[in-house]
Amino acid sequence: MVDAAAAHTSVARLMSSISADTACGQHQLASESLGSKICRKLDHQFDTVFGAAANPWRHLGALGFLFLWIVVVSGIYVYIMFDTSVAGAYESIESLSREQPLFGGLLRSLHRYASDAFLIVTLLHLAREFLLGRYRGFRAFSWLTGVPLLWLTYAAGIGGFWLVWDQLGQFSANATAELLDAIPLFATPLTRNFLTASAVSDRMFSLFVFVHIGVPLLLLFGLWFHIQRISQADVFPARALSAGSLAALLVLSLVLPVTGQGTADMAQLPAALTFDWWYLAVHPLMYATSATTVWVLVFAITALLLALPVLPTMSRKPAQVAEPVAEVAIVSPDNCSGCRRCLDDCPYAAISMIPHPNKKIGRELAVVNADFCAACGICAGSCPSSSPFRHNETLVTGIDMPQLPVDSIRRWLDEVLADETKHGEKIIVIGCDHAVDVSAIATTEIIPLSLICTGMLPPAFVEYAIRRGAAGVLLTGCRSGGCAFRQGNQWTEDRIAGRREPHLRSNVDPSRVNIVWADRGDEAKLQIAISQFKYSLLEVSHEPSH
Amino acid sequence: MNQATRIFAQALLYAAFAAVVGYFATAPVYRHLPADQALIKLSFSHSGKLLAECRQRSAEELAKMPPNMRAPMDCRRERSPVAVEIDLDGQPLFRHIAPPSGLSKDGASTVYQRFTLPAGTHQLAVRFSDDVNKKDFGYQRAETVTLAPGKVLVIDFDAEKGGITLI
Ligand code: HEM
Ligand code: SF4
Ligand code: SF4
Repeated sequence: MVDAAAAHTSVARLMSSISADTACGQHQLASESLGSKICRKLDHQFDTVFGAAANPWRHLGALGFLFLWIVVVSGIYVYIMFDTSVAGAYESIESLSREQPLFGGLLRSLHRYASDAFLIVTLLHLAREFLLGRYRGFRAFSWLTGVPLLWLTYAAGIGGFWLVWDQLGQFSANATAELLDAIPLFATPLTRNFLTASAVSDRMFSLFVFVHIGVPLLLLFGLWFHIQRISQADVFPARALSAGSLAALLVLSLVLPVTGQGTADMAQLPAALTFDWWYLAVHPLMYATSATTVWVLVFAITALLLALPVLPTMSRKPAQVAEPVAEVAIVSPDNCSGCRRCLDDCPYAAISMIPHPNKKIGRELAVVNADFCAACGICAGSCPSSSPFRHNETLVTGIDMPQLPVDSIRRWLDEVLADETKHGEKIIVIGCDHAVDVSAIATTEIIPLSLICTGMLPPAFVEYAIRRGAAGVLLTGCRSGGCAFRQGNQWTEDRIAGRREPHLRSNVDPSRVNIVWADRGDEAKLQIAISQFKYSLLEVSHEPSH
Repeated sequence: MNQATRIFAQALLYAAFAAVVGYFATAPVYRHLPADQALIKLSFSHSGKLLAECRQRSAEELAKMPPNMRAPMDCRRERSPVAVEIDLDGQPLFRHIAPPSGLSKDGASTVYQRFTLPAGTHQLAVRFSDDVNKKDFGYQRAETVTLAPGKVLVIDFDAEKGGITLI
């Protein structure tokens, strides 16, 4: 339950955010790290070229899935044509390139390049999540389940080179055996399997195949696990992005077809190898240093990645500014009807439904798993009980954020719109702590409020503001595809447009509502949009009313 | 940015991506060893001789043992370490004693070692001992080998093939 005293403190905080002394309103905004700034700049550059929906930086995980599916499909064909034997492997693959250059050969090249692309976007995805600081708290699960995927990706990729059993495969298999032998795992050193031509057995080859099919299956399972805490994960890139990426790989496969580098010969070192540095750089590194160095490096990087969620922060926040308490969503059982809208809207799968303990049989109750909750407030925006038109002194909704209850938003609206002489003049601007700083645009007419996420605004509040005398309501927040909580801006757009429940009622004049997505750095865009909105509202108010 | 410029810029960026993927998937060319070098691999996995022969236990000894432990033969399982020495062109190249593996030291001794050397003709001498109780190396082999550039010569040990093998 949200008690009234807490609600009053929240209103006081909200009020401070619109006072002329913006310095004290500022503290609500999430601070932006250097990494976030870099990502934002890149995102914006690419947004202009690709549009947010097809911006590769914004959908690296989805691109990873796309490349993986290309690898799987092309791999199935290559495997059907593959001869699992030491003697036959090389020729079976080479004949694909020779005899069906525009089909089997193309698929073979696609298989390789899509694997490379998969590795690249995975590493970029990791780098991006790192730069955005997305490895702590409720995101630790996604981060920690991502790390083993790197091992599996390399294992699957490197193993693929062996199957060709050309000189590159021979070199890689032998170098891998030397690397593995540095940790005494096996009674007989693995390297003995690659000493001479007669040492390489068909049985060994079946093991290669097993690795190259088994590890990717593990990878798929790991990926399923990786997105468990993400609802409706972004696993399919937009059509334009998929088409562009596939076309790029197809052209590459045609221009630079992959070919074998002479059948393996254990008695001879390969002279000069056309080398895939994406996957195989570890071998030259081992020969330039030592197997021990490579292992120390690999384990150190893995340990560092795994420790990241619990390492102390390095942020340089001034000491006097207290870290805002990220309190998780709280359900009020008396106000929960079990409608499941919060379950549908929660971007982090933090909500589940249980039988309602004190209502009649069949009724459900939402419960929040505190460990998974991002404290985004999107659920409060989705709850039908969050209606400001309810006649209770304190508005208690089904699911709410203790640090910014919907009641405090209603109180805030009541206060800023109290002056009846100013009715029809004020524009309410609702923004979020992660996007453009709305407090900076405050004037006597433009009344901004920053929420945790714009998605926490129940659409009925838009109607409420207008009925209470606001000239119009402008909603802003992170640019499309860039919501700090994944889906807040999408759900907001859908609710206002009537595509998603709870929706903005149709009796609200649509010309009084405006949505302008604006990140930090988009201040000018927001200013222009507000001016235009202001003028269009003037026109509306001069039109004769029906 | 108008539509045409956007499409052009997209095409350019997709091409750049493909170019980066393709470039590092094939280049720069990797040469493991300089062209005029050859490689010797020494690798064996061989169980040394048992340190002690099996011995018949005397009747008194057996009587002192618990009834369920009274095996007539006393066999210690510990094996001898394996020593190997290689000389190349009259100079010592490698000296090593490989201990038996396993907690009770009853497993094989293994060695894997790579030596790069200039291609050409060399004098190779290999000595091998799998029994510390003998003073001399039990196996010796001296050979003049001619190694072509890039040739991998494998030195192994196989008692059934007469000991030290060069392949
Ligand atoms: C193996 C390839 C990988 C693929 C295909 C992949 C894919 C994805 C996808 C599709 C999402 C959901 C994105 C969304 O819907 O917002 C995601 C989220 C995430 N991934 Fe990965 N991932 C991979 C590896 C990794 C690795 C190696 C890490 C880091 C160690 C990582 C860290 C994360 C994190 C922290 C999130 C959560 C993002 C958020 O909460 O907004 N992933 N990944
Ligand atoms: S605050 Fe956000 S993450 Fe937490 S339960 Fe609500 S919607 Fe889910
Ligand atoms: S949206 Fe509100 S009423 Fe519906 S299940 Fe969630 S908490 Fe209960």
